[in-house]
Amino acid sequence: MNAAVLMPGATGSAAASRALDTGLWVFIGVASTLFGLFLTAYVMRMDGADWSTIALPPQLWLSSGLLLGGSVLLQRASAAAKGARWPAVQTLLLAGGACAMAFIGVQLWAWQSLLAARVMLASNPAASFFYVLTALHGLHVLGGLIAWAATMPMVSQPSDPAGVARRVALCARYWHFLLAVWVVLFAALGWLTPDVVRFICGRG
Amino acid sequence: MAIALVLLVIVVGSVLFHLVTPWWTTPLASNWKQMDDTLTITLAVTGFFFVVINLFVVYTVWRYRHREGQRAAYEPESKRLERWLIGLTTVGIIGLLAPGLAVYADYVRPPADALQLEIVGQQWQWRYRLPGASGKLGGSDARFVSAVNPLGLDPADPAGQDNIVILGNEVHLPLGRPIKVLLRSHDVLHDFFVPPFRARMNIVPGQVSTFWFTPTQPGRYESLCAQLCGVGHPNMRGFVVVEDEATFQAWLKQQPTFATTLAAVAAPSTGARAGADALAEQGRSLAQTKGCVACHTVDGSPGVGPTWKGLFGKTETMADGSTALVDDAYVKAFIRNPQARAVKGYAQIMPKIDLTDDELAALTSYIRSNGSASIDKAQR
Amino acid sequence: MIYADADSQHHAPQTFITKYVWSQDHKVIAVQYASTAILVGLVGLVLSNLMRLQIGFPGVFAFINAERYYQFVTMHGMIMVIYLLTALFLGGFGNYLIPLMVGARDMVFPYMNMLSFWVYLLSVIVLMASFFVPGGPTGAGWTLYPPAAILPGSPGFEWGIILMLVSLLIFIVATTMGGLNYVTTVLQARCEGMTLLRMPLSVWGIFVATILALLAFPALFVSGVMMLLDKTLHTSFFMPAVVSLGQVTNYKGGSPLLFQHLFWFFGHPEVYIVALPAFGIVSDLISVHARKAIFGYRTMVWAIVVIGGLSFVVWAHHMFVSGMNPWFGFFFATSTLIIAVPTAIKVYNWVLTLWRGDIHLTVPMLFTLAFILTFLSGGLTGLFLGNVSVDIPLSGTYFVVAHFHMVMGVAPLLVVFGGIYHWFPKVTGRMLDDRLGQFHFWVTFIGTYLIYFPMHYLGVLGMPRRYYNYEHYQFIPASAYTLNAFITVVALTVGVAQLVYVYNLVWSTFRGQKADANPWRAASLEWATPNTPPVHGNWGARLPVVYRWAYAYSVPGAPKDFIAQDAPPEAGGQEPEPYERPKEAPA
Repeated sequence: MNAAVLMPGATGSAAASRALDTGLWVFIGVASTLFGLFLTAYVMRMDGADWSTIALPPQLWLSSGLLLGGSVLLQRASAAAKGARWPAVQTLLLAGGACAMAFIGVQLWAWQSLLAARVMLASNPAASFFYVLTALHGLHVLGGLIAWAATMPMVSQPSDPAGVARRVALCARYWHFLLAVWVVLFAALGWLTPDVVRFICGRG
Repeated sequence: MAIALVLLVIVVGSVLFHLVTPWWTTPLASNWKQMDDTLTITLAVTGFFFVVINLFVVYTVWRYRHREGQRAAYEPESKRLERWLIGLTTVGIIGLLAPGLAVYADYVRPPADALQLEIVGQQWQWRYRLPGASGKLGGSDARFVSAVNPLGLDPADPAGQDNIVILGNEVHLPLGRPIKVLLRSHDVLHDFFVPPFRARMNIVPGQVSTFWFTPTQPGRYESLCAQLCGVGHPNMRGFVVVEDEATFQAWLKQQPTFATTLAAVAAPSTGARAGADALAEQGRSLAQTKGCVACHTVDGSPGVGPTWKGLFGKTETMADGSTALVDDAYVKAFIRNPQARAVKGYAQIMPKIDLTDDELAALTSYIRSNGSASIDKAQR
Repeated sequence: MIYADADSQHHAPQTFITKYVWSQDHKVIAVQYASTAILVGLVGLVLSNLMRLQIGFPGVFAFINAERYYQFVTMHGMIMVIYLLTALFLGGFGNYLIPLMVGARDMVFPYMNMLSFWVYLLSVIVLMASFFVPGGPTGAGWTLYPPAAILPGSPGFEWGIILMLVSLLIFIVATTMGGLNYVTTVLQARCEGMTLLRMPLSVWGIFVATILALLAFPALFVSGVMMLLDKTLHTSFFMPAVVSLGQVTNYKGGSPLLFQHLFWFFGHPEVYIVALPAFGIVSDLISVHARKAIFGYRTMVWAIVVIGGLSFVVWAHHMFVSGMNPWFGFFFATSTLIIAVPTAIKVYNWVLTLWRGDIHLTVPMLFTLAFILTFLSGGLTGLFLGNVSVDIPLSGTYFVVAHFHMVMGVAPLLVVFGGIYHWFPKVTGRMLDDRLGQFHFWVTFIGTYLIYFPMHYLGVLGMPRRYYNYEHYQFIPASAYTLNAFITVVALTVGVAQLVYVYNLVWSTFRGQKADANPWRAASLEWATPNTPPVHGNWGARLPVVYRWAYAYSVPGAPKDFIAQDAPPEAGGQEPEPYERPKEAPA
């Protein structure tokens, strides 16, 4: 076993942002486990005789686009922050947050259209999972928006440019994580059927 | 040094305890001797480690207790020793696992010619089903469960018509034949466990689980429910009677088939039964489906709760010494709020069961029909 | 190389509220966690005594009816496993020891650390509230298996189960917040010279346990959310078509086994979340009180990591008779018996540390020796239960109850006691009373052994667990009832003895004999703070620098029988493989 080597030359605020960096990775690990376990439950429940797939509301394509847009904007904000172009950072960060908020709005619209088609939470297990998975993902987006709201005031005239730039980068990373989770959820909800599962598990 | 002495006493005491303990496995009544043998092997190996390591600790604590002027040795590691210990332990583990898995390989493969026994668990009673002449069991589903069909058998399935249905909690089995047990439930998890048989399995609503064994000793065995299933869990007792083939067949012939139980219900009532008796008949089925019969008998035999034979009209004694006349009001109040009072001599474990007012009236009518002739005669 | 830290300019809190209530100081938060956990643990202890009253003297105590009995069983189990042991080891010991042992000023996210305690406290309040709702708390067993847990027939199926699940979800949020702190602090905030392989095993145990917690609690979260939805909104995640006490319900298609898989995917790592910190702490207690380096430090680290990893692939040994696919039994029996190997190595190494040591029979050492005996006993009975075919007749009996109490209740609890006796002088600057400590030790150790050792035999006999009474069962001999009565009397005695311990804690905090800065002459870094008890910021103006591992005891040629971690490099006592300093170290 090799001895871990500490990073030399650390200053106070850099140590703090290294901590935030690690902390976010750990949280991403935890959240990935959470979503992974829900998906495992989804696959296992699919085995039941009463499974019927539900049609995904078309609003999901719009919300996916918004989430993708948000990621792109956040990534550009992060790059701008590294280059200390703070007015650009403000605009891009604001736009990225707006995309996330719009995402949640469109998700709620998708729920509303399902409810109008009388597909309720307890109607069938596929519907149950749809609501639970999208709700859980939406809550994580809301959590991200809280961190975003804390970061927004920092990007106008930052007193610690390097530190704030790192924070913006972390927001961007979290946005990308939520996008990646959403892609997997969307694919699972839309295309992971009992036949696919049986094929993978080798029980044709 | 007290600690070294106490540790020594504990080790010696534990071994002695094991040698004289009256509590060990019940006498084996099935083919699963291999399970007992593997238990013995495990005991021997673990017992050896327990004694050797603890005695080593006892010696070490005594020998290396702090004394002025002594210092500890400095030997922070020894790769060689570690490798030996890992190797030895691995050998020990394999020695335990191999026989265990070998037995398990037998456990998961029931013999092809086994007699099928279906056990249906319900809060809080056991019922059974055996195949009839055709040798096949019919289908079942929760949607068929009703007062007259508590096992939920599919009435349209021809294979089920000749199935032997046993609605009481005692089943008989032939000696020496492998039995493949199929376990079902329509409500919650249960587990049919007869310790002398060793083999058992949880019952999971929504699926059929199985295990197998061959009874090798005649006798009447108690079964326990071994998976927590609510407040009636400890009372969910069944009986398995193991007897020779001839006696078993004779018993089997006396049991109703599914078709018979359906026909008995469909047959029109005789002239004497009408009106109030129909209400009591409804109450009788409710007593079955709501689980009352798990604790209350109607033939006077003792149960978890007071028997209903002769109950109505009697003067019952409460746990606090007061008395009460068992009339309509008493019965209804008791069913609606079972925890409000305790009857002397009985554990206060009656659960609150949901009943509509009509159902309550029917059940009360049934209890009344089992009681004494007149409410005025409080003689018992 | 200078590890300057911005926090040395950070102002210490001034008011009573910011110092002791809304405190972001890890030491205060640790005491808050520990005190809450111990208080709620006393509730769990009383519940266990009530259970034993019924088991030992069935029917004598009329107020313990079947409903209440199952409620006591359930709340006792959940409180002890989650709200006492997990919170105490991670939130209590973890919070206190990690920054001090790695040379940090505090946890890396102090505000979130503070929040994690208050969220934990909220979860405790919600749990206790379930005693006061209609129907009372849930009585479905700490495992909360559906369908029974949310159907009539189980106590608390109306409100109690909802509060239980909500409380668990809140607890998981608290644990995640704390866990992020512990992991990130260990990875990022170690002082100069403190490599991962110079950290004491207490930190390793808590660190790996925290990783387990972060990855395993999500499974409980998933199952909790799904059961809550099944109960409140009538989804059918776990509920098949059920006819409950004569009523047809509108559930269908769900799988009770899905709950069990999720629950035990959490539940097995959970027992290691409790055990690994205990392993780490006991290694340190042995080293200090036997004046000898822990034998095979790196193997011990390896074993902790391997046990942690393997703990995720053994879960279905709790489900051998569950009705799951029988072929899984082969895999899980094998993985379970494999995990026995690194665990056995740890036991050997503890014993080999004592061998040729200089054993001081202090109260912490007494608890350590008792731990070795009881953990060995409990671990060995695990081999019975892990071996699938031996498990079949033992599952659901008192053998299981005896096993898990010995290995999770008795052994780690002995480490808790030993650890508190050991670090009390650090936390308060005073010693715990020695005579009360000896009394507490002897009664607890001998008492718990007398309770749980014979209990195994009742399980072999076939006596089932979670039974309110055993009336009318012919195969249970009268002697078993006598044994149960005996066990109850011992349990009540041990219960009362814990009050002596609580009294000792409280009295010694205010009147205990004043302690030196390092009364046990330990080498690890937490004892090297300039103040005892340590003040805000822990280390004064400069962070410590470390030159060796934490186990430099009885080094040949050294003037004293220990060399502190932060003593100058010339003092020697390097770990077996010396740390290679990077070549370009600046002045």
